[in-house]
Amino acid sequence: MTMVVVTIMPKKGVLDPQGQAVQGALAHMGFGDVLDVRVGKRIEIEMRGHDPAAQVTKMCEDLLANDLIEDFHVEMPG
Amino acid sequence: MSAAHVAVLRFPGTLDHESAARAVQGVGGEPVYTHHEDVALPDGTAAVVIPGGFSYGDHLRPGALASRTPIMAAVRQHAARGGRVLGICNGFQILCEAGMLPGVLRPNASLSFICRQAELEVADDGTAWTGGRREGEVLSIPFKHHDGAWFGDPGHARVVLRYRGENPNGSMDKIAGISNLAGNVMGLMPHPEEAQDPLLGSVDGRVIIAALIA
Repeated sequence: MTMVVVTIMPKKGVLDPQGQAVQGALAHMGFGDVLDVRVGKRIEIEMRGHDPAAQVTKMCEDLLANDLIEDFHVEMPG
Repeated sequence: MSAAHVAVLRFPGTLDHESAARAVQGVGGEPVYTHHEDVALPDGTAAVVIPGGFSYGDHLRPGALASRTPIMAAVRQHAARGGRVLGICNGFQILCEAGMLPGVLRPNASLSFICRQAELEVADDGTAWTGGRREGEVLSIPFKHHDGAWFGDPGHARVVLRYRGENPNGSMDKIAGISNLAGNVMGLMPHPEEAQDPLLGSVDGRVIIAALIA
């Protein structure tokens, strides 16, 4: 078994209302040093078989990420 | 002659199929509920409605999982033959995620669920979807959504409807509804199926539903 981790983030330059809302809340709570917040998601996929990273990359292109608004990164930790 | 059959798609989490079916009946069509795992549209399908709701719980991205179901391959073939397809709210999100319409529906700029009557201006009167309404005419139709901010390249679509006045959700160019360049596939966030009866304040949705079988 191989664990493959996908990180999906809003593309730079695409408005991230969730990140902005979190940033606003942090500012209200007194975390004054926060310059920018972006909120994305992490997907963990357990794989078997040949070349799991390539298979997961195809999954990102076909479903997991929408390339109009999101960037993805695939890695196999450890 | 029997009434034209209009396939009304149902996914897990579809909510507005009954209103859509009633609206189709109201303009003289015959709605046929169609299941997401079907591999073909019902025989004799003249047009397809993808109603609103929260298909697959909006998981991953609104419309993303529904857009990859077997029935959507059949809907794609129907559209490729020139057949009409109308996606309402979550149906619009599904059509964008399926690549049958350009762009994507992003969370409202306010991050709030918005539910109210909207005034929509006809921006392009060259498609069937606005009937005889001319450019600049206004349709009063309600909307209710959390992810209604269209984002994409308007050059790859026909902008059929825009919000009039203030932009309610941060949609690019105040876009409320678009069609593909050919004009046979239409998606909009507002709910024309809920603007069919004078008791509910407006019948302006009838032209859009009637276009399915016009």
